[in-house]
Amino acid sequence: MKHIFVRLDRCTGCRECELACAVEHSASKELLTAIFETPPPRKRLYVESGDGRSVPILCRHCDDAPCLAACLSGAIYRDRAREGVVVQRADKCIGCWTCIMVCPYGVIGRRLDGGRWVAAKCDRCPDRAIPACVEACPTKALVYAEPEEWARMARRTVATTLAGQEG
Amino acid sequence: MERSLDIASRTMLEVAQRRGITTVWDRFQAQQPQCGFGLTGLCCRMCLQGPCRIDPFGEGPRTGTCGASADTIVARNLARMIAAGTASHSGHAKHLAYTMLKASRGEAPDYPVKDEAKLRAVATRLGIPLDGKETQTLMGDVAAAALAEFSEKETPLAWAATTVTPGRVQTFLKYGVVPTSIDGVVAEVMHRTTYGTDADPVNILLGGVKCALADYAGMHMATDLADILFGVPKPVVARANLGVLKADAVNIALHGHNPVLSDVIVQVASEMQEEARAAGAAGGLNLVGICCTGNEVLMRHGIPPATHSVSQELAILTGVLDAMVVDYQCIMPSLANVAECYHTRIVTTMPISKIPGARHVEFREGHARASAREIIRLAIDAYGRRDPAKVNIPDHTSTALAGFSSETILGALAAVNKEDPLKPLIDNIVSGNILGVCLFAGCNNVRVTQDSGFLTLAKELARENVLLLATGCGAGAYARHGLLTSDAAREYAGPGLAEVLGAVGQAVGLDSSLPLILHMGSCVDNTRAADVAVAVANKLGVDLDKLPVVASAPEATTEKAIAIGTWAVAAGLPVHVGVVPPVLGGPMVTKVLTEEVKDLFGGYFIVEPDPKAAAKKLVEAIRERRSGLGI
Repeated sequence: MKHIFVRLDRCTGCRECELACAVEHSASKELLTAIFETPPPRKRLYVESGDGRSVPILCRHCDDAPCLAACLSGAIYRDRAREGVVVQRADKCIGCWTCIMVCPYGVIGRRLDGGRWVAAKCDRCPDRAIPACVEACPTKALVYAEPEEWARMARRTVATTLAGQEG
Repeated sequence: MERSLDIASRTMLEVAQRRGITTVWDRFQAQQPQCGFGLTGLCCRMCLQGPCRIDPFGEGPRTGTCGASADTIVARNLARMIAAGTASHSGHAKHLAYTMLKASRGEAPDYPVKDEAKLRAVATRLGIPLDGKETQTLMGDVAAAALAEFSEKETPLAWAATTVTPGRVQTFLKYGVVPTSIDGVVAEVMHRTTYGTDADPVNILLGGVKCALADYAGMHMATDLADILFGVPKPVVARANLGVLKADAVNIALHGHNPVLSDVIVQVASEMQEEARAAGAAGGLNLVGICCTGNEVLMRHGIPPATHSVSQELAILTGVLDAMVVDYQCIMPSLANVAECYHTRIVTTMPISKIPGARHVEFREGHARASAREIIRLAIDAYGRRDPAKVNIPDHTSTALAGFSSETILGALAAVNKEDPLKPLIDNIVSGNILGVCLFAGCNNVRVTQDSGFLTLAKELARENVLLLATGCGAGAYARHGLLTSDAAREYAGPGLAEVLGAVGQAVGLDSSLPLILHMGSCVDNTRAADVAVAVANKLGVDLDKLPVVASAPEATTEKAIAIGTWAVAAGLPVHVGVVPPVLGGPMVTKVLTEEVKDLFGGYFIVEPDPKAAAKKLVEAIRERRSGLGI
């Protein structure tokens, strides 16, 4: 299963990923019309500031997902048809916010759905091949890849550095 | 999305693809997706505590670090765009004014007065005493009056106050938007929008309107002075589109805006034909136009326009363009990169407008003809380095009838009714033969399939019997697509409009009708259309905001277009924009621009990317005004 990885050194804090995420979860899927929608569409990832740097924080779609385990109403489930992404059915959400309480990343928010508050979490953009946030990132700080692929990239970077030091 | 509706542009885009040459369309694609904060106008970079962004979805910050709201930020950004547009148009005017001043002192002998009558008409309008003054002296007086418009003074800008209706003057005074200095009001916008100054969105917008009225004055001045120095345009026929480039000639494209440069090159070129032939070009020198300096030399000399705006790079891809001579505004820096793949010389000429990779030949008004000769020789020299394998001229041109200055239009109407030239126009508007008037202005924009907005709107409105005027790259689009012809009038005009165009065409001695669309000049020439509207309003004794007159910029790009649109709204016109300007992030600003401004000035913005829907809205706006007049 592909995951969204972050090249921390590349994030400039522009928040384009946040905007793209909200637009992708709007009715019109167009920025210039989405900003007029009621209720306003909600983003599901967050660019936070940590130690003077910008850090995009995203749902990890954990294998042992605390939100899924904690969801008493069965709103949060693993979608086997989509490589096991952790998603949510709004109609089953009872608004207890236990998922928000247990998510170690703090990436579950709230949104209005038919006049009712429900949890809002990353759904890995079911209508897209590449998640909206990844596509929107102007510096390619977000990388959509298999974990092995990401790790190989990291190894190659280290290998180049080491080889360079050797001269 | 199609990149262009222009056949010649499309042919050249295939060449670009084959040869792996990057154009504006590729670079735009590489920019996607573009920053949402920028698109909505919600990014503020006006102090070193920023940049600040407002979350348009309301989850994140609702104010900038200083506390500026979304509307404050959007209004400030818009006002600065207006100021930049004003600075550009009036910089162009100032360049003409200085040229005229130097000429009056004998320091620029290559710029004699070409149109004495216009000089006297402008001087009279400004209240400059004529009393038997020599042309040279009067020229100096008008130049001095022009330059005074840029300086601090306590009286309203003469070029605005003497050219609008009395009703407009009262409205502008009422809302405190009368500019007294062009440079002063540009500086004022910069001041009021800086850190910790004007935070009231409506007050900032009124400051923008004040600046836009200075833009109007600067544009009017630019047209007046260019007419004095280079002649008032008269009807002229030319071919248009890339097919005007010739395989056997030294081809020079004049690109940019100011006739100070391009007109002199045209004058000198006629004397250098032999030099080009001696270099092996049997066809001699072939000058063509790009963008608005192309419009200037089309209007006054019938120089064929090759292409416009977003397709400017494509002229190089023909392989036969030996030099592209540029002054300022709308000149893509990428031209130098594209030219690297060809023998074409890009020649910059202005001290404020240089491009890395281009040859710079500083154009000096004091030695204008000598500068022009030097530039033309660069082209003749480049001709010898042409690569025959790269020659690919698209076999496509259209006929274009241009040259419709306000003087030409009033002259044509005088041929119908000598005593009362405006009467035929007014009678036909009253009778409904002409439903209203629409001025098309502005650029192409890479977001829009090139020319699609212009073509659809013109055809839709013509069918509804709307009299169509055009300037700038809009007029260029119509030239390239054959809409500046009587054939187009026959094909697309509704019955009432066709009858009027036909009758006036006959009266002025054309074998056929006037063209479907009247080409009034470059983008700086929009006040030519305003002059006709003001004459009609004054004759009827009503103000501009009552006339069934609208304006449209379906493919606007530049900050200049924003300034023009703003003064057109202040003049009382409904103004359509086909590209969404970066204002939607400010809900109050958006409402003011599209609705509430109507209560102040009568004009308002119609933002509508769909040209068919836009045509409907413009027709509705025209009908609303007609019923207001009881016609």
